[in-house]
Amino acid sequence: MDAAHLAHAVPAAGTSLWTMLLVFMLSTFVGFAVVQNVSRLLHTPLMSLTNAISAIAVVASILIAGEELSTTSTILGSIAVAASMTNIVSGFLITDRMLKMFKEREPKK
Amino acid sequence: MNAALVGNLTHASYILAAGLFIFSLRWLSRPQTARRGVLAGVVGMGLAIVGTLLHPGISNYLWILVAASLGTMIGIPLSRVPLTAVPQRTALSHAFGGLAAGLVGTAKYMLWAGDGSITRFQSGVIAIEVLLGFLTFTGSLMAAGKLQEAIPTRPITFRGQNYFNFTLLGVAALCGIGLVVDPSLWPLFAVLCVLALVFGVMLILPIGGADMPTVISILNSYAGLAAVAMGFVMDNMLLVTAGALDGSSGFILSLIMCRAMNRSFTNVLFGAFGQVAVAQAAGEQKAVKSATPQDVCDMLENAARVVIVPGYGMAVAQAQHRVREVYDQLTKRGIDVKFAIHPVAGRMPGHMNVLLAEADIPYEALVEMDDINRDLPQTDVVLVVGANDVVNPAARHDQSSPIYGMPIIDADKAKLCVAIKRSMNPGFAGVDNELYSADNTLMLFGDAKAMLGEVAKALTGGGLGH
Repeated sequence: MDAAHLAHAVPAAGTSLWTMLLVFMLSTFVGFAVVQNVSRLLHTPLMSLTNAISAIAVVASILIAGEELSTTSTILGSIAVAASMTNIVSGFLITDRMLKMFKEREPKK
Repeated sequence: MNAALVGNLTHASYILAAGLFIFSLRWLSRPQTARRGVLAGVVGMGLAIVGTLLHPGISNYLWILVAASLGTMIGIPLSRVPLTAVPQRTALSHAFGGLAAGLVGTAKYMLWAGDGSITRFQSGVIAIEVLLGFLTFTGSLMAAGKLQEAIPTRPITFRGQNYFNFTLLGVAALCGIGLVVDPSLWPLFAVLCVLALVFGVMLILPIGGADMPTVISILNSYAGLAAVAMGFVMDNMLLVTAGALDGSSGFILSLIMCRAMNRSFTNVLFGAFGQVAVAQAAGEQKAVKSATPQDVCDMLENAARVVIVPGYGMAVAQAQHRVREVYDQLTKRGIDVKFAIHPVAGRMPGHMNVLLAEADIPYEALVEMDDINRDLPQTDVVLVVGANDVVNPAARHDQSSPIYGMPIIDADKAKLCVAIKRSMNPGFAGVDNELYSADNTLMLFGDAKAMLGEVAKALTGGGLGH
C-alpha cells in the first residue's frame, strides 16, 4: 500500500515540476522574441505594460485571501490583492495614456 | 455548476489569458498597434480574474472586494502622475509586485509549515520567492525614493560594502538551503525575510541617478522572476508564463542599458555600480564661449539641418514643451529637425521618447543614437538640452575617464554645437565635458526651460512666423 502510494505520488510531483520548468523556459524564449521586436520608442510603455501583466499575481493573492485558511494568511493575501490590483489599474491606465501621446507626423497643410 | 466544469473553465481562462499577454507584447512592437496591446492585456487579466473567482475553495469574497477596491483607489491616481514622474511610479509598481510575491510566499509557508504538509521542494521555492519578492520590494522603494528625491540621490558607499552585501546574500542563501533540508525550521524563514528586506536597501544605496535606467530594468526583471517563483509555489502555469514574460523583458532592457553604458552585466548585477561615480578632481578650467538666446536663434534660422539632444536636464527643467515650440518654429521654416535619443538618457528606458511624445513631437523625428550618428557630420547645429555624459567625447578617446568606452552621440562632429546648461558643474560621472570647451561649441547658460523659451520667442518675433 505504502509503496503503491509512493509510486503514484513521486512521478506526479515530478511531472509537475518538470512541466513547470518547461513552461518557464518556453515563456522566457517567447518573451525574448516578442520584446526584442518592441520599438525603442516604446520602452517606457513596455515596462509599465509588462508590470501590469506580471500583476497576474493577483490570482494567487485572491486564492490566499478567499480561502480564509487562517487569519494571518487572509490578511497577507488581502494586502497582496491590493498591491497587485494597484499595479493592474495603474499599469494599464498609464500605458494607454502614454501610448495615446505617440503620434505620427501630421500631414503638411 | 459542477466542480469539474468550473475547473476546466478556470484552466481555459488561464490559457486564453496567457495567449492574450503574448499578443499584448507583440502588438507593442509598433506605435500603430500598441494600444491594441493594452486592450489584449486588459481582456487577458479580466478573464484570469473571473476564472480565479470561480474557484470553489474561495469562501469569502468580502476581503477580496475590499482589497481590490483599495488597490483601484491607489492605482487610479498613480496612473495620472506627470510624465516626468513616470520613473518613480514604475519603481513603485515594482515594489508592489515584489511585496505581493513576498506576502503570498509568507502566507503559504505559514499555512503549509503550520499543518506540517510542507515538502522540501515547496519550502525551497518559497525561499526563492520571498527572497526575490522582499528584496525587490525594499530595493524598488529605495529607487523610487531616490527618483522622487525624497532620499539623497547621491551614491552612498562605505568601505567593504560589497563584502557586506555578499555576506548578507550568502547568509540568506544558507537560510534557504536550511529550509530545504528541514522545512519546519521557521526561524530560518523569518531570518531569510529580514535579510531579503535589508539586502534590497543595501543594493540600492550605492546607486546614483545616471545608473537608474539599468537598475530599474533589473528590478523589473526581479519582479518578474518573483512572480515566476510564486507560480511554482502555487502550482500555477499562468503565473509562470506572465512572470517569465516580465522577467525576460526586464532582462533585455537591462542588457540594452548595460551596453549603452559600456558596463558588463555582472558589474551591474553584483552591485558594484556607483563606483564610477566617485568624482575625480576637476582639471584646470578651459575657456568656454557663451552665447545669448538671440545668437542661438540666428544660428538656428540659418541652418538646414538641426539635431536636438535631450537629456535628464530637460526632464528636470520640464522643458519639453519649449523644445516643441522651437521645433515648430524651425520646421515651419523648412528646417529639418531631428532628436537624438541615447538609450540611457533620462532615468528609465525610453524616458525621453515619452516626454517628447507628450509635447506632441511626432515619433518619426525621434532617432536612435546609431542612426543619428551617421547624420551628425552633415548637421549644421546640434542643440544639447540637459544632456551631459552621453555627449562627452572623452568616452571615445580618454582611457582614464570613468565613462571611457561608453557609446555617445557625436555632438562634437556637427558643424556647430550649442549646449544649454545651468552652470559648468560636471555631470553625474564627475568628469569635465570637453565638448563644452571645443572650438565649435557655444554655451547657453541658464535654465533650459527659460532659455528655450527665449530662443522660441526670438524665432517667433524675428522670422517668418505668424
